[in-house]
Amino acid sequence: MIKQQSKATPTALALGVVLATTFGPSATSASAPQLSDAAGSYGITGASRVHFSVAQVGGGGIIGDFGKFSGNFRIDGNNIARSSVEFTLYPESVETGESRVEDFLKSSAVFDSATYRTVTFRSTSVKQTGPDTAAVEGTLTARGKARKERFSVKLMDWNSRSISFIIRGSIFRSPYGMDVGTPIYSNVVEFDMNIKGQKH
Amino acid sequence: MLQNSKSTFGWVTIILHWLIAMSILGLLALGFVMRRLSLDPALQFSLYQWHKSFGFTVLALAALRAVWHVLDRQPQAPSGLSVLERRAARTTHAILIGLTIAVPLAGWAVASTSTLNIPSFYFDWFVISHLPMAKSEAAESFWTSTHAILAYATLALVALHAMAALYHHMVRRDEVLVRMLPTRLLRRGEVEKTKGSQVIAKRK
Repeated sequence: MIKQQSKATPTALALGVVLATTFGPSATSASAPQLSDAAGSYGITGASRVHFSVAQVGGGGIIGDFGKFSGNFRIDGNNIARSSVEFTLYPESVETGESRVEDFLKSSAVFDSATYRTVTFRSTSVKQTGPDTAAVEGTLTARGKARKERFSVKLMDWNSRSISFIIRGSIFRSPYGMDVGTPIYSNVVEFDMNIKGQKH
Repeated sequence: MLQNSKSTFGWVTIILHWLIAMSILGLLALGFVMRRLSLDPALQFSLYQWHKSFGFTVLALAALRAVWHVLDRQPQAPSGLSVLERRAARTTHAILIGLTIAVPLAGWAVASTSTLNIPSFYFDWFVISHLPMAKSEAAESFWTSTHAILAYATLALVALHAMAALYHHMVRRDEVLVRMLPTRLLRRGEVEKTKGSQVIAKRK
């Protein structure tokens, strides 16, 4: 379901796990990809990076990545606000460089990945916040609990086939029943993701 | 009263002795339980943090106890003890005091060398820095073993120490156990108070 390309005037779009962008006509040179090219449906590729960190008292903290995830997003060239994203990650793929930390994160203390195999995000609204930034709100579901969360999205790069975003979000873990280790470890998980999409 | 006398222990020694005794028995039990792999991981994490906070408490108390042991006089051994027995008692007490410091230090080394790098957040109150030691699996496993071996050695010595005290109390029927109990000091305090008021009454 590739979206029809939109006519770009001062336009544009974008978004990734969502986003949107507005560029003036001056931003597009002849050789640059047409902004309208960004409209469309994308699959999130394995080249993406889902990085997170949890601060700890006294400095430092737990940093890691989720190696397995999947998702799709659609950029509406006519109306960025109608763009959408759905994303799934598999907590059992968590990597921190310390197997005991990984086992702990997968255990019943945190993700309980044996019972809840996925963490999902489905957007409910997309708002453009700058020429190449957007705020995406949606429902994050983890450990059987669903909550509204917000991520900020920044467009990094795109061409006619692919697009790349930096997506950040600060998520409180206690509402999901994952507050183990507080206050030694922060209640807030900082997500810092580089999401790459390939056009369907 | 605070200090030891020629014949008995003072309050400082008695309070430190029993506080440390109760704490290390609790820590030994906690340390044993928290190592069970079948534990709920969240509970296990909490138990480890409690163990660390109480362990640091014992380290501070034991350091105080050691200083007090060196500075304060020791009550005389009951009469009728052989030189060997006196020496054995003195040595056991010195080793016990040394172990009450060495065990928590080794535990601190475990937290410091662990690749888990979990901060020691004393009763969720303030952070106690790790010792300046390199983190590695080898170092962590070495200090974990050392901590456990020293802890079990302490338990063995505590058992010996307690049996010796009971032997003195029940077989030799001397004051060795009783003078470490707070009850007699309390009673003596009352007697002295009574004596004192009698003196005052006489002066009047």
